[in-house]
Amino acid sequence: MDSAVRVENLGKTFKLPHERYSSLKSSFVNFRPRRRTYELQQALKDVSFEIKPGEFFGIVGRNGSGKSTLLKLLAGIYTPTSGVVKVNGSLTPFIELGVGFNPELTGRENIFLNGALLGFSRKEMQAMYDDIVEFAELRRFMDQKLKNYSSGMEVRLAFSIAIKVNSDILLLDEVLAVGDAAFQKKCFNYFRQLKKDKKTVVFISHDMNAVREYCDRAILLEKGKILKSGSAEAVAQEYIKLFMTDTKTQAGADKNRWGSGAAKIKSVQVTSQSGKVRVTIDSHFKRADNDPVIGIYIKNPIGIRIFESNTKWERINIGDVKAGQKLSVTWEIDDIFTNGIQTITAALSNHDATDYYDWWEEASIFSVDKDKITTAIALPNTKVTIKKS
Amino acid sequence: MITRVFNKTNRALLAELVRTDFKLRYQGSVLGYAWSLLRPLLLFLILYIVFVRFLKIGGDIPHFPVYLLLGIVLWNFFAEMTSQSLGSIVNRGDLVRKIRIPRWIIVLSSSISALINLFLNLLVVILFLFINEVDLLETTLWLPLILLEIYVFALGLSLFLAAAFVKYRDINYIWEVILQAGFYLTPILYPITLITNPALQKLMLLNPMAQAIQDARYATITHQTVISRQVLQGGLKYTPYLLVILVLLAALRYFRQQSKFFAENI
Repeated sequence: MDSAVRVENLGKTFKLPHERYSSLKSSFVNFRPRRRTYELQQALKDVSFEIKPGEFFGIVGRNGSGKSTLLKLLAGIYTPTSGVVKVNGSLTPFIELGVGFNPELTGRENIFLNGALLGFSRKEMQAMYDDIVEFAELRRFMDQKLKNYSSGMEVRLAFSIAIKVNSDILLLDEVLAVGDAAFQKKCFNYFRQLKKDKKTVVFISHDMNAVREYCDRAILLEKGKILKSGSAEAVAQEYIKLFMTDTKTQAGADKNRWGSGAAKIKSVQVTSQSGKVRVTIDSHFKRADNDPVIGIYIKNPIGIRIFESNTKWERINIGDVKAGQKLSVTWEIDDIFTNGIQTITAALSNHDATDYYDWWEEASIFSVDKDKITTAIALPNTKVTIKKS
Repeated sequence: MITRVFNKTNRALLAELVRTDFKLRYQGSVLGYAWSLLRPLLLFLILYIVFVRFLKIGGDIPHFPVYLLLGIVLWNFFAEMTSQSLGSIVNRGDLVRKIRIPRWIIVLSSSISALINLFLNLLVVILFLFINEVDLLETTLWLPLILLEIYVFALGLSLFLAAAFVKYRDINYIWEVILQAGFYLTPILYPITLITNPALQKLMLLNPMAQAIQDARYATITHQTVISRQVLQGGLKYTPYLLVILVLLAALRYFRQQSKFFAENI
């Protein structure tokens, strides 16, 4: 059978000028003395793959791995530097929900504008209008300006229009990352429907659970190259491995960290054993303090807080701390985490939380890889018994 | 080719973009769309008082106030269309970066918004034609062709400017100055007869805008005005038209070549 999408030796190089000559004068001034210097950034190198009709195809990779560039090349927004993209059939032209939404227009006007951008005529939009409004559950708000919508409402509206696009090949990028639980359920239902209808879908995600559940095959991008291609399961495992090797260096980085510095978090360590996850915070106090508070929270792979706790909420009195003293706190948590990368944020403050000594966003990460899967946000230990009678 | 370019989806998109543009233009103003008519009227009033009443220019041209108004309206259209289109691609960066639509539609939609404004302004001109009791001339039938020429000229420049602006962000300041200079180098406020040097007069009438504005006045208001094809001899009289076509072709080529990289350069 013919392929739906065929990518051959695809490459994309961006020219990043060292100093941006975004004006005529500077490009004249620098015309003679020396050539402009720029850096060539190879966002994609020699990428080849094939997607068959009816396949749910995943593209995974870390931030900056070239996923978005690949998506834009597939959508025809970028022009390849080398290689070709061959597409058999129509392909969704957009890579994000709600492109062209204007806050000054009403919901109704935005539906028609967005619809036109997605390739519908006004007549076709009129025929679908009621359906869209119904699905978005926003009938009451249609004559209000979009700027008065909550972000959740805006996403619902955008999603409801986007699913009307009936192209042969669909591009879906991280739609799961936005919206509340109810909206995510709608997304999942839509995906199931697509899978049932044997649609060709290119799915880009960080969420390995979704990739495992929906994708038939996938590729893993790393530094612009295909690191692994094969079954969704194999690619998902490879993706998680990528993080395991990098955990140490990431935890050492001082990004996303702020605080007055009266005390410092020295390390955040995670171990997992027999259904329990242990998180240990080591801290060092530079000043004497009375009853400080140490806390953590853990976010699941799609950024939802699964666990949050601190010594105050746990009703633990740390008591007096001397200058130069070291303090270590360990939490033992039931392993209710779902598959994928969990991130831990740790914080240290005075008793009333009026002075944060150290707040360390994403201080550490750990990966969970269980046999069981779920699309819910937590996976507690379960025991299922069946009785036939 | 034309049917492929203007297929159903492109037409629908173009219409929707123009509609949006129009809705947003007078967003939040009390008088709303009335400003489309009021603005040129008030502008004309100022210029009329300054040039006709105080400076007493154009006394020898019949119906000089309408003559003046038509020139201003046509020039304003040219200036508005080019300067709005100039920023159109950059201002619509969200569309360019996130969706695959023909890029020229964005420029075209902003040009059509300006075109709609032109027609509203021409209503004001017609009103003054009646007030001034100007006799209807047969040559008025040529007006649509003259308007088409101005539109094509402005479209060529718009495509070029919009594409160049993505790379060079000071084009808008340069264009602003060029427009200002062009306004005075084109016989809009003063009759071309004010320029007594024949060589200079010829040079000025090579400008497609000068030629078109003079032609429009000749066609609709009075034959007692100097137009390019009377002044320019031989092949020279085709120069303005040639310029228009050349600008459009060069701009189309440049736009096509550059539009591939709009998404990454914006």
